[in-house]
Order: sequence, then C-alpha cells, then structure tokens
Amino acid sequence: MNRRHLLATAALGLSLAFGGAASAQDKTKACFVYVGPIGDGGWTYQHHQGALAVQEAYGDKVEIAWQENVPEGADAERVLTQMALGGCDIIFTTSFGYMDPTNAVAKKFPNVKFEHATGFKRESPNVSTYNARFYEGRAVQGVIAGRMTKTNKIGYIGSFPIPEVIMGINSYYLHAKKVNPDVELTVVWAFTWFDPAKEADAAKAMIEQGVDVIASHTDSTAPLAEAAKAGGKVIGFGQASDMTEYKPSPRVSSIIDNWAPYYVKRVGALMDGTYEQQDAWEGIAGGEVQIGEITDAIPADVKAEAEKLRDDIAAGTYHPFTGPINKQDGSAWLAEGQTAPDGDLLGMGFYVEGIKGDIPK
Amino acid sequence: MFGGIDPALLIASLMVASVPILLAATGELVVEKAGVLNLGVEGMMIMGAVCGFITAVVTGSPALGFLGGAAGGAGLSLLFALLTQVMQANQVASGLALTLFGLGLSSLLGQGYVGIKPPHTGAVPFGPLADIPFFGRVIFGHDPLVYLSVLAVAAVWIFLRNARGGLILRAVGESHEAAHALGYKVRRIRVLAILFGGAMAGLGGAYISLVRVPQWTDGITAGAGWIALAIVVFASWRPWRVLLGAWLFGGITVLQLNLQAAGSGIPVEYLSMSPYLITILVLVIMSSGRGRAALNAPASLGQNFHAAR
Repeated sequence: MNRRHLLATAALGLSLAFGGAASAQDKTKACFVYVGPIGDGGWTYQHHQGALAVQEAYGDKVEIAWQENVPEGADAERVLTQMALGGCDIIFTTSFGYMDPTNAVAKKFPNVKFEHATGFKRESPNVSTYNARFYEGRAVQGVIAGRMTKTNKIGYIGSFPIPEVIMGINSYYLHAKKVNPDVELTVVWAFTWFDPAKEADAAKAMIEQGVDVIASHTDSTAPLAEAAKAGGKVIGFGQASDMTEYKPSPRVSSIIDNWAPYYVKRVGALMDGTYEQQDAWEGIAGGEVQIGEITDAIPADVKAEAEKLRDDIAAGTYHPFTGPINKQDGSAWLAEGQTAPDGDLLGMGFYVEGIKGDIPK
Repeated sequence: MFGGIDPALLIASLMVASVPILLAATGELVVEKAGVLNLGVEGMMIMGAVCGFITAVVTGSPALGFLGGAAGGAGLSLLFALLTQVMQANQVASGLALTLFGLGLSSLLGQGYVGIKPPHTGAVPFGPLADIPFFGRVIFGHDPLVYLSVLAVAAVWIFLRNARGGLILRAVGESHEAAHALGYKVRRIRVLAILFGGAMAGLGGAYISLVRVPQWTDGITAGAGWIALAIVVFASWRPWRVLLGAWLFGGITVLQLNLQAAGSGIPVEYLSMSPYLITILVLVIMSSGRGRAALNAPASLGQNFHAAR
C-alpha cells in the first residue's frame, strides 16, 4: 500500500466517522457505565433495568449502549472518552468511584450530558448528579432487625467507607436501637462492591460471632446465600434488587433501587430540549427507593410497624435522621426535633453515638 | 478463644475458604512444571463454576456438578492447548485471551441460572469423629472437596517426585529439546498437563458456585484465578508450599474479616491490606534466603516447542 492510498483510506475513515456522528443525531443515544456485571442480581442489574426501561419508553427514537465491569479510576476515563467520541448524547455513570473520571471527561465534551450516580461533584454545566435516599430504606430494615434479633447482635457488611454507606449504617442502627435498646451493631468492611466469595466470608464471620440479622451494602446475593446455610436462624435483606429467590427467609424484605423513572425522565428531557443540570435525590416518596415485600417470616405486628415507618417517610411526616442525635464521640449533631440537612448527610463521615469501632479512612 | 474468635471455627473456615485457589494452583503447578504458562486460570475457573452449577442444577447431584465443573475447565483449556501446542501461538497472549473468553462465555451460559439454588453439598459423614472437641470441627466437619484438595496436593507431590510419569513431565518442562531427543512426546505430555490444570481450575470454580457461595452470579470467581497463579510462584513450584500459600492467603483473608466482626481494636485498613502485605513479606523472605526461589522455575516455562529437528 503506497502513501497516497493510505491517506485516502484515512480520509475515508474520517468521513465515515463524521457521517456516522451526523446520522446518529436523529436518534438520541443513551450510554451506561456499569461497575459490575449485569448478572450480579443487585446494583448493576437494577441500573440495567432502568436502561431497558428507557429503550422501552422511547422505542426507535433512542439507542442505548452500555459497558459492564468498568473499573473505577483511569479505565473509567478511557471508557467514557470512547463513549463520548462514539456518539453518546447522554452518559450515565453508575458508581461513586466514577466521580472524578466523569467530571474530567465532561470538561472535554461540553455537548455531551453526563449523569453521575451517588456523587456530589458537578464541575461543569453538563454534569448532573443523581442519587436515591437509601437511608430511608435502611430505617425500615433497622426496625425489622431490632425487633427480630434474638442475640441482640445485628450486622452490616459495608463496601467502602463513603458517606453513602455510612449514612445507611447510621440509619439502620438508629432505628434498630429505637425499638431494641440492647442492640449491638457489628460492621465489617469488605472493601469491594462485588466479590461473592468475600461477601459470603464476611457474612460467615459475623454469624460465627452470633450476629443473626445481616444487612449488606455490597452488590451480590452471597450474604443471603450464607445466611440461608444457617438453617433459619439468620435473616437478611435484599440489597439493590429484590432478591426474591431467598424469600421468605432469609430474605425478609429488601431495598429495591428503581432507576427507571429517573432515566426515562432525563432522556425524555434531553429529547424535548427541557434538559437542565440538576442534583436529584429522591427517596421512597419519589419511587426511586422501594421496600420489597416484607415476608411472613416476620410477625404481623413487626411488619405493620415497619410498614407504618415506610409510609410515614413516604408522606414526609418523618425524617429518619431526626434529633436528638449525638455523634459517636458524644458531641451533639442534631438537637431535639431537628432533621438532618442534606449537606450533612452527603458528607457524612462519622458514626452516631452507640456504634462501636472506627470508620476506616 | 482469643480476641473473641473461636480458633476451631476460624481454622475450619480458612480451610474452606482456600479450597478454590488451592485446587486451581495445584493444577497450574503441574502445567507450569511441564513448561507451559497458562494465564487463563481465571477463565477456566469461571467456566468450571458455571458448568458445575448448571450440571448440578440439571441433574440434582452435587457430585456430578463437580465432574461437570472439571469438564468445563478442561474443555476451555483444550482451546488453550490447541492454540499453543498445535498452532504455536504465544502462551501469554493465549492465556489472557482464555480468561476474557471464559468470563464472557460463562456469563452467556449462566443467563438462565441467576437466582437458582444448587443442590446442597453435605459434609462427609464421619459419625462420632465429628463430635470430638476442637478436632471434630477442624478436621472432620468438611465436605469431600476439602479433603480432596489436600489429597490432590499429596498426589501431585508424589507424582512429580517419585513417579516415572512425573519425572518425564519435569524433563519436558526443564528442557523440551532434550526430552524430545529422548523420544518423549513433548506436545502430547503438555496437552495432558494443560487438561489436568484446566480440570483442577474448573473444580475450584465449581467449589465456589456450589459450596462457598451456592449460587450463580456473573464474575463469581472475582479474581481467584489470579491469586492461584501468584501462589504457584510464591510456592516456587513446590506442591506443599502451594498448600501453605493457599492456606496462608485464605487464612488471613478470613482472619481479617473475623477480627473485624469480633470488634478487635486493630484499624480496618491494616486488616484489609494484611493478606497482600504478608504475601509480599513471605516472598521477600523466601527469595532472600538462598536466592533460589527464582531459579526453581522450570527452564522451558512459557517457551513453545515444535519438533523441527
């Protein structure tokens, strides 16, 4: 191949690329970046359900694309750049660790919209953030845990020590403590979002310590599988997804992340030109956080109590973080009747009073 | 009890936790002793995990499930054998490709199996032995694969050390030219070793999806294959050291989770990094000893052989 031929080929390639971009404009392309595999049965699975809902809602007018198992960090930046170059009009990055890559790539592609889940940085006007108030669901789980534990030891498998997770731990503990003052909380940090064997080991370590109610903040169903081995003595909750296969026990309830309404709304806004940068944080009321069916393994009165709490939160008459609440070191955080401002929650880096142990830095 | 942890339970769970990497590492040891570097352990493990899971669910028998897992791993390794032994492809590249391929294929095969529970694998019935205090729980309370994994290490040790076949295999790994000149079928021996390695990795994978986390989830092995590969080097290609390495790594991983659950005062950051830190430490100590750890690698490791002469 001589040089002229080579140049001609390159020119052809370029024109094809631009032609491709032009023709892609009459179809809105929504792209999704996942931290785990779609088949994780939890976090990523739910985001993908949201993506499919977008496709369903707009049919031929949108095109969706996604990439699974994208590591948080430099790899994410490469994937995002590739997507932006590949004609994506809006990119949803669905894990906290994509925060800096998302903002970095967004600066280079001002015409592409970026939506980052669970983060707080919006450094350029084309970056929006969205999150769900999972701590509302944790409050409901806390009530069930506090009422159901026989050993008075409840557990929480943490992924990474970020505000999102710490918020969940605090809410879970506060509400368990409220109904059962003797309750003790054991937190185990797995330092992973997805590693079924390690998640199962963490659950096992807790069960050996006498913990009989386990909540998890990791993505797979492994902790429930481990709880199931204990032969009915240990219960747990579905996390991110309903995890119905472990009904009626050990899975006695669940927090379901329902991203579909948000994804459909945002892609729709982009298509009809009403799209604006925003910081969305909906909870049970907005339908983003759903409480999965509380099974018959839970006595009727406890079920009713948990459901009442859920309805109160949905109605806005109760905030899971209502004072008086002290920090772990005993200093005051919220005064009597005061509810937690969102800013405090989003930057939460402390345990509430009564939780033992330190948060890893 | 120390620090609120029951040592019997701890040892019992570390033995269980290290079975997958122990099985896979034992298989890879034999492969590397034959002079083949197969980096596809992760891919073969996850194929074993999904094939074992499907077989167990369809037949209802955990034993057949483990066989299916071994077959799945061996099946994928056959592809590696075809690429490297027949087509003379680069072993490193083929191994990495094997891992990527295995991850994708397992995800495809497992599509209809998310959320299903496999049949339960029971402990070996030792009767009254299981009731002995401490030892009953530590030694006699496990499922068959735990014993099999230790037996496999012993068998590989004896085979490589004393059996004629083992000596031939090592000869092939040390100098394939010389082995060929002596009339040994270098390629055939290597293909057999690769198949054995695949079957062992598959068995390890099946253990994850059938016993440790009895379910199928995409990417369930989560890097165990890479740890198995590292352990072979860590063990400087000696079977008993593979056992030590696997138990050490598995043990510390379990111990740190237990220490967290027991509320020990040690900061979590240190606990989480401890498995890796101690592995590095042991590596440094071992290789500084007589400086022989690196020399113990099979001389023809990773080199392709074709009988041109």
